[in-house]
This record gives sequence, structure tokens and C-alpha cells, in this order.
Amino acid sequence: MLSKKEKELIADIWESLTPVAEDIGADALLRMFASYPGTKTYFSHLDISPRSAHLLSHGKKIVLAIAEGAQDIGQLTVTLAPLQTLHAYQLRIDPTNFKLFSHCMLVALACHMGEDFTPVAHAAMDKYLSAFAAVLSEKYR
Amino acid sequence: MVQWTDFERATIQDIFSKMDYETVGPAALSRCLVVYPWTQRYFGNFGNLYNAAAIMGNPLVAKHGKTILYSLERGVKNMDNLKDTYAELSVLHSEKLRVDPDNFKLLSDCLTIVVAAQMGKTFTGEVQAALQKFLAVVVSALGRQYH
Repeated sequence: MLSKKEKELIADIWESLTPVAEDIGADALLRMFASYPGTKTYFSHLDISPRSAHLLSHGKKIVLAIAEGAQDIGQLTVTLAPLQTLHAYQLRIDPTNFKLFSHCMLVALACHMGEDFTPVAHAAMDKYLSAFAAVLSEKYR
Repeated sequence: MVQWTDFERATIQDIFSKMDYETVGPAALSRCLVVYPWTQRYFGNFGNLYNAAAIMGNPLVAKHGKTILYSLERGVKNMDNLKDTYAELSVLHSEKLRVDPDNFKLLSDCLTIVVAAQMGKTFTGEVQAALQKFLAVVVSALGRQYH
């Protein structure tokens, strides 16, 4: 459960990251591919080498979606409705991968924010990303 | 037996040789207790864990964090025999402490994040993968004696 303070903290962090969405997103994806090679199987149609156009644009897309959801966490199901459909019927990414990506996103945030990624921010972010992933997989079955 | 690449060996030695155990240990354990509050169940006699500030300032948590990290150092020095290195601790955690082995992964994730925050850009995806592999093998060794 996210407290009011946590929701504000999350919204603030993601708003500050919007200008570097590409870098954070691409960083998180690359970390996931390095630590969990099985995740690469979903990207055989893209060039996912470091700094590739595909990787940057895909990373940006993901971070912007996460940032958008963060602006009104109470409305996640509404905000994510189109992405729910996309993931359930087209992409069909196994939901365990959302956990792997979330972990790598947390690591990317830690590298980027250093000391500012306090335990309290970390806890709030972990909760938010879990909620995001849960909503994303709601239409799977 | 686990196969380590030259890169992985060098990376693990490098990370731990540069690490300040006195701060990283407490930081990792206290972060785990804050981010995954149910882990506090094992620390009932540690006193005040009521909020993040209390946890981060708790001297027993800090002391235990250091203990854990110095124990990890043993693994760093014995990367080719982690099973035997942690056999005794595995029995301790299973029979005496009765810690659910899932918790080991939670702590190792928090340690990864603490190291990431410290190393910043130098904590690349490849370095992360090497550290995670090392920690995963330690975690597995710690879970081996459970039955």
C-alpha cells in the first residue's frame, strides 16, 4: 500500500527523470539483458546493442509510461488500459520478466541518483513498480 | 561447480577490495529491513525498528550488517568452494535461526542496490551481472542445508 507521502515522492522522482527517460530506460534494459539473458528473446526483432536507436527509443517509451502512471497512481488501471491490452494479447511477455525489469530499473535509479536513492525512496519505488506490473498483467487471463 | 570467467573473478575481487564494510554492511541490512519490513520478524530482540530512521540508526542492526558483510568476504576469498564455505552457516540459518531462504535473495538485492548507488556509472550491466551471480551462488550455498 502506498501512502500519500510515498505517492508524492514517486511522482516527484519520475517527473525529474522525464528529461533523461531515454538514458534511464536504455540503462535498465541493458542491465536486464546482461543479468537475465532469457529476456533478450522478446527482442529478436530489434537491435538492442548499447546506444542503438531501437534500445533508446524503447527505453524512453517504457520510462515515459511509468512516469505517466506515477502522476496519478490511483488511476493506474485507467491510465494503463491500452498497455494492458497490448501486453495481454500481442506482446504476451511472461509476467516474471516484469520483476526482473523492475529490479534492473531500481539498480539504474540507484546508479543515477546515488545517495538520493534512500531506503525510503527505494521502498516506495519498489512498491510502485510492483503495482504497475500487477496492473499491466491484469488482462492476461 | 560454478565456472567463473576472468572478468567475473576480477570484478568481484575489485568490488569487495574497494568496499567499506563498515558502512556497506549496515546500509544493506537496514535497507532490507526498510524495503521489506516483514524481514524484521527475525530481529525481534534488536529493539527499536518502528520506522526507517530508527532502523537506520539502530546500533544492533549496524553491528549485524557488518557481521554479514565480513562473512561475505570469506566467500570472496573462496569463490571456488562456496558450498563448503557456507555449509555451517547454512545449518545455523536453517536449524537455529529458522530463516526462510527467500530472505537471502532480498538482502542480496539490497546489497546490489547499495553497491550500485556507491559505484554510480562504473556499476555497468556487466559488473551488476557478475555481482548478482556471485551473490546468487552464496545464497544457494546458504540454502543447501535446509531440509
